[in-house]
Amino acid sequence: MEKKHAIEFRGITKRFGNVVANEDVNLYLDKGVIMSLLGENGSGKTTLMNMLSGIYFPDEGQILVDGKPVTIASPKDAFDNKIGMIHQHFKLIDVFTAAENIILGLKEKGTLDKKEISKRVKAISEKYGFDLDPDKKIYEMSVSEKQTVEIIKVLYRGADVLILDEPTAVLTPQETHKLFKVLRAMREDGKSVIIITHKLNEVMEISDVVAVLRKGRHIATVKTEETDEIQLTEMMVGRKVELNIGRTEPVNPVPRLTVAGLTVRNSEGINKLEDVGFIAYGGEILGIAGIAGSGQKELLEAVAGLRHISSGSIIYSPEGRNPEELVGKSPMEIKDAGVALAFVPEDRLGMGLVGGMGMTENMMLRSWNKGKGIFIDRKAPEELAEKVLDHLEVVTPSVDYPVRKLSGGNVQKVLVGREIASAPSVLMSAYAVRGLDINTSYIIYDLMSEQKKKGVAVIFVGEDLDVLLELCDKILVLCGGKVSGVVDARTTSKEEIGLLMTSLGGKEKK
Amino acid sequence: MNEKAPFLRLAKRENINKRNVWLIRAAAFFTALVLGGLIFVIAGADPINAYGSLLEGSLGNPAGLRQVIKVATPLLGTALALAPCFKMKYWNIGAEGQITMGAVGASYLALSFGDTWNSFLLLPAMAIMGVIFGGLWSGIPAAFKARYGTNETLFTLMMNYIAIGIVGWLQGGPWEGKPGSQIIPMFKPAAVLPRIMGVHIGWILVLILTAIMFIYMNYTKHGYEIAVLGESENTARYAGMNVTKVTIRTALLSGGISGLVGFMVASGANMTLYASVAGGVGFTAITVAWLSQLNPLGMIFISLLLAVLSKGASTLQTSLAVPASISDIITGIILLCMLGCEFFINYKIILRESKNKEGQK
Repeated sequence: MEKKHAIEFRGITKRFGNVVANEDVNLYLDKGVIMSLLGENGSGKTTLMNMLSGIYFPDEGQILVDGKPVTIASPKDAFDNKIGMIHQHFKLIDVFTAAENIILGLKEKGTLDKKEISKRVKAISEKYGFDLDPDKKIYEMSVSEKQTVEIIKVLYRGADVLILDEPTAVLTPQETHKLFKVLRAMREDGKSVIIITHKLNEVMEISDVVAVLRKGRHIATVKTEETDEIQLTEMMVGRKVELNIGRTEPVNPVPRLTVAGLTVRNSEGINKLEDVGFIAYGGEILGIAGIAGSGQKELLEAVAGLRHISSGSIIYSPEGRNPEELVGKSPMEIKDAGVALAFVPEDRLGMGLVGGMGMTENMMLRSWNKGKGIFIDRKAPEELAEKVLDHLEVVTPSVDYPVRKLSGGNVQKVLVGREIASAPSVLMSAYAVRGLDINTSYIIYDLMSEQKKKGVAVIFVGEDLDVLLELCDKILVLCGGKVSGVVDARTTSKEEIGLLMTSLGGKEKK
Repeated sequence: MNEKAPFLRLAKRENINKRNVWLIRAAAFFTALVLGGLIFVIAGADPINAYGSLLEGSLGNPAGLRQVIKVATPLLGTALALAPCFKMKYWNIGAEGQITMGAVGASYLALSFGDTWNSFLLLPAMAIMGVIFGGLWSGIPAAFKARYGTNETLFTLMMNYIAIGIVGWLQGGPWEGKPGSQIIPMFKPAAVLPRIMGVHIGWILVLILTAIMFIYMNYTKHGYEIAVLGESENTARYAGMNVTKVTIRTALLSGGISGLVGFMVASGANMTLYASVAGGVGFTAITVAWLSQLNPLGMIFISLLLAVLSKGASTLQTSLAVPASISDIITGIILLCMLGCEFFINYKIILRESKNKEGQK
């Protein structure tokens, strides 16, 4: 007799128009197992999970829960089958407390007994080792606490199968450890966990089995102990990939950007950056680390002239010219001086690129104001678009195809490609590899390293500490808008940076 | 296998080719005509006969055709005015007031200098006054939006009623012709637009304007700024655009064109000024702008279509004793079908597959 699997996909196919997102996926997951779902961008991981959580409905095939065929046509059906998904972007109401968010949408009989709910939330927290105050409001919470609320929300609804979509992308190393402890406690309790992630070291650390998807197909499911990172990458990409960033020694670094005493306030008058100072050298990559929202975005925007600066100075020393003060200059003047910003916001578009326009028109964002007369020059941007398309191997039907419809990696290539094409002497990039798969990420790292070799001062705001350690020469750590420390990327450790991220100067505060 | 699949579900279409898009639109238009036919049946007329006389009355004779062009001209002009605003996602619904104020500006000159200036001097001056008045009327809400972040939709809407109120006051007060008449006197011949082929030359001006607007929106720096700003204010700022300046400039341009339309209507069609000078054109033009998806060339067709419907309907009333307001109903149905069909262009509907088919697999 066949063993009953907690979850089984049988011949699942899902198409979007002409694009096949999942094709004939056969995959199962047993009780008490943590499974990593691995695959490049666009390999159909999220689509597959969305079918399990009731957001999409498969075109063909059957999903089985506990050996029984089920129909999951809505998120409610998913909950009824004890399946819960924790999405990458939290779906919480800021002004509600944790407990209120947890019971939101539940249709329980009787009156709303907040005390009882708090008690049950506490019970779940204790069982799995969460650290959560049920009466705290969401807006007072850190990212990691919000994630905890999302997980408890799912557990509160009695989920036996939990799906986590890139849960560690927003966490510090310490928080990641905590999360993994919780996940292990769930496994002990007989729950099944599916975790979508790009970070191979985490895959190796947390999961029992790894399922690899490539181009919508299920390639293989392997036991974690019987595989290694190189084999997994090969399965994901379909060929051998070199997984190292060729970091070179900086050649003749000269100060390019000298920031001193930089203070920036937001519209409510709260300091987003306080007395920030650092020097970015040409021929070096300066990494910037910090918990999300520690002032990384504000720092780059301030240098690019997009934010009002309350006090401080930014001295720019281009090669062969006199140093000049950037504070008080317009974004246009700063750009023309050779300071480029490639900022990839959470939604990838929204700043830096216009989603509804094609590559050519997006190239124009830099050049639209050039030339005399009222007419806009299309020729040069079109040539540039073709060049970026060839050079970075952007996959698009044509340079006029709306960039919104391109995959995430291609969107980022367009953005980074345009900024590099302007031959900057300072290149700032934020979250350039956000959500990208391994292969594309390394193309972007290579681009950064190439710029460094050309003597450009590269400022790289990143989320993945492993990458920062491998790619950068120095790492500046921000904590609450202040410089917590500058470390040498070649000698520091993840733990040291983690400490600097959470407390100024790396001192423990309890 | 999967018996409990939802009966129907939606899937996003990724790449739909141009031909199918137009097929869907044509089907929507046809559906609208059939539904409109039902309305005729309810009103007690033979639908084919009714559509026939609707066309006959509007396009079948020179007088009808002239009327159609006369109705279409301000519609097209105002839709052109709205296009850059809507492209910028600046919801200017104050064209009605901007037309009215443009007419006020032009009328001031017509009434003051109608006897003394010749038309070569007077008409251009009136046009310029119309542009200035319309532009200013549109510039006020834009300036408030830029400075204080006010909501332009409400603001421009309210400005309409103020403009109409101002004309009401002029009619009964300073510009009143015969005391007690509540009517502003007719313009002197020097202040009346000449005619070409029986219709005031406004229609030629508007056609030229269509070409200019097409070029402006697609090939100029201004047009690019508007398009970027409409997609994302942050991106516009990032690209070094002055968001405040672009917003106000575009609002002034839009109001200016509406004001020019106001001048054409007052000088060419009405030859005087009264409170309902805009007559709802400012609102109908919103329909024209959206149905043509902000494409100036498409606006020519849409404004003609609406003009045919409204002109044809008045013939219907006389020939078949069907109320003319039926044309409004049909316009509404067409609008609904055309906007509704965009849904089918973006999504397709998948019905539950039959069990037999599943069984064969």
